[in-house]
Amino acid sequence: MKILVTVKQVPDTATQVKIAPDGKTIDPTGITWIVSPYDEFAVEEALRIKEKRGQGEVVAVSLGPDRVKEALRSCLAMGCDRAIHLNDPVWATADTLATAKALAAAIKQEGPQLVLCGRQAIDDDMGAVTAQLAELLGWPCAYWIMEEAIDADGKSVRAARQVEGGLEVFDLPLPAILAAQKGLNEPRYPTLKGIMGAKKKEIRDVKAADLGWASEPPQLSIVGLQALPPRPPGRIIAGDVPTAVKELVRALREDAKAI
Amino acid sequence: MEKFRGVDYYGIEGLLSEEERMVRDAVRDWVEAEFLPVVTEHHRAGTFPVSLIPRLGELGVFGATLTGYGCAGLNNVAYGLIMQELERGDSGLRSAASVQSGLVMYPIYTYGSEAQKEEWLPAMARGERVGCFGLTEPDHGSDPGGMKTRARRQGNVYVLNGTKLWITNGSIADVAVVWAKEDDGEIYGYLVERGTPGFSTLDIHGKFSMRASITSELSFQDCRIPLANKFPNVKGLRGPLGCLNQARYGIAWGAVGAAMACYDWTLQYAQQRIQFGKPIASFQLVQQKLVWMITEITKAQLLCLQLGRLKDEGHVRAQQVSLAKMNNVQMALDSARLARDVLGAAGIVDEHPVIRHMMNLETVNTYEGTHDIHTLIIGRDITGLDAFGM
Ligand SMILES: Cc1cc2nc3c(=O)[nH]c(=O)nc-3n(C[C@H](O)[C@H](O)[C@H](O)COP(=O)(O)OP(=O)(O)OC[C@H]3O[C@@H](n4cnc5c(N)ncnc54)[C@H](O)[C@@H]3O)c2cc1C
Ligand SMILES: Cc1cc2nc3c(=O)[nH]c(=O)nc-3n(C[C@H](O)[C@H](O)[C@H](O)COP(=O)(O)OP(=O)(O)OC[C@H]3O[C@@H](n4cnc5c(N)ncnc54)[C@H](O)[C@@H]3O)c2cc1C
Repeated sequence: MKILVTVKQVPDTATQVKIAPDGKTIDPTGITWIVSPYDEFAVEEALRIKEKRGQGEVVAVSLGPDRVKEALRSCLAMGCDRAIHLNDPVWATADTLATAKALAAAIKQEGPQLVLCGRQAIDDDMGAVTAQLAELLGWPCAYWIMEEAIDADGKSVRAARQVEGGLEVFDLPLPAILAAQKGLNEPRYPTLKGIMGAKKKEIRDVKAADLGWASEPPQLSIVGLQALPPRPPGRIIAGDVPTAVKELVRALREDAKAI
Repeated sequence: MEKFRGVDYYGIEGLLSEEERMVRDAVRDWVEAEFLPVVTEHHRAGTFPVSLIPRLGELGVFGATLTGYGCAGLNNVAYGLIMQELERGDSGLRSAASVQSGLVMYPIYTYGSEAQKEEWLPAMARGERVGCFGLTEPDHGSDPGGMKTRARRQGNVYVLNGTKLWITNGSIADVAVVWAKEDDGEIYGYLVERGTPGFSTLDIHGKFSMRASITSELSFQDCRIPLANKFPNVKGLRGPLGCLNQARYGIAWGAVGAAMACYDWTLQYAQQRIQFGKPIASFQLVQQKLVWMITEITKAQLLCLQLGRLKDEGHVRAQQVSLAKMNNVQMALDSARLARDVLGAAGIVDEHPVIRHMMNLETVNTYEGTHDIHTLIIGRDITGLDAFGM
């Protein structure tokens, strides 16, 4: 079974994001880039499916600039067989739909039976690409997947999705798209041997023209980024307990309007 | 405190290959997630988290520079970065990996027979079997050449008698690499398996340093081992010294990791700790300490990197390894002491990693050739005059 995993490279969760002077992008200096954690669940699940079935191929796909190769390399180090890098300046301003269109074109060329995605990328938290992909491909799709099992003949997948207070279980005919939720699995560490092996694996550069991509303007354009206003400092209420409690209740009621 | 994000004042990151960075990051993440949550409990109890040994094997840490036998085949810079990250966790963790890789797998790989390699290397790479290295004796530390442990051939066995002391992983090891003298007065290496009659171990207690590491005494009383357990390809002090050279290389990097841990923690602490109405990081005396640390760490990082590149080119000299071990461990120990000072009273409790590193580094200063012994090695090298007092 061929499985394709879509991965996005995002700033490390510990990064303190700064807005660039243009007011529309983030300042890339000092950022450590990682594979978006939900996408790591997707990679791990794909590898487990392959291991369980004893055969198959796992292909990682990412759209982005040159630095994205590092994210793909870590997917290869985890165990993906090869990678595809959608790497073309025309995609520099791609919105989710343009990204989904490019990915859909690559998926059509590859023809996998299953596509795994993260439920959202942790940078812009859009969470839209999976659904747009499913729509473009005309494939069934389920989000927030906590469990999955492909039937023995590889014709369908049973997937359990997290809902308030429990799981909702679906059967989806393959090919299908699943979006991984945290808890689906515990991603493995890339082993040192895996890292050594990764440099021998293929990362294929794909240009827009290779996908027959006609340049189209993004439908969404970013007007500006705004930082959150700085949090006002906390306040320590002095005095003996009865007075302080009275003041606290008053402040919660009148100033914070919390009660 | 914020998650550790490395210490790199000079953009040394850019001198590393992508693969080297990936190796470092994989080990850093592993240490953060698997080791740091349990280190305090083990440090208090004076135990090593043995259940992590197979996990380290899975990661590929053991014998990482060796090729074949299930080893990762990394270059020496990547190996050094592994040691740095492990010791950022704890010197005890790095010691366990150093001993297994540099002092046990390396001599088996370099001096051992094919059968010895087949038997031990793959299982050790996986972390399923553990080794220890017995050179030091109660009466012979800095001058191992004077060792008293004897191996005598009797028919189809060697009979070992003697005591080895201060042996890392001694009681948890499945096999000990033991150095002993034969009747010809030469030193040879032997593999002694756990459970061999006449071989027993006893752990050393009451340590104030390297507490999250097992240190044992090995005792051999008419211990009979098969002839096939001797290393066929080495004779003389150069056997154990060749191993020490590997491990010292790892220590030079490891010490930088311990210093980076202390620096990163202390910098953040000093920025948050308010005295006299200001963060203590705003005081000149505190800044001086932090600046000393980052300066020395940066120099030590560059020393390691060049040493690693020389080693990868096959040009490294033992005296160059001595210089890095000597310098980096001293700077790490001094950094840890400064860090302890900047933490004030908080610096004496294990809620902060600093005093643990500080105490560990006392051992690191002593083992694998004391600071002073390395000074004498370099002194002899540059002057041509021996100051060992022999
Ligand atoms: C926690 C721990 C783990 C260890 N693990 C191992 C292990 O796994 N395997 C192993 O074989 N050993 C191990 N060792 C032993 C270590 O290598 C020795 O402690 C070290 O070689 C020093 O020997 P010593 O302790 O006998 O000190 P000594 O040799 O007695 O030295 C005492 C002092 O005298 C100085 N000195 C000695 N000779 C001279 C000289 N000629 N000129 C000037 N000064 C001199 C030394 O520098 C030192 O300051 C370990 C030690 C510790 C503490
Ligand atoms: C085991 C133990 C027992 C103790 N017993 C007692 C006791 O019985 N009674 C008691 O009252 N206290 C006791 N103390 C507390 C002790 O006196 C304090 O730890 C000490 O005064 C330092 O304060 P601190 O720990 O808050 O460090 P901090 O004041 O936070 O100092 C941290 C670092 O900042 C430096 N620093 C601070 N201000 C400046 C400045 N302006 N310029 C430059 N550098 C500066 C310090 O030198 C230090 O390196 C004890 C402490 C310990 C560890």
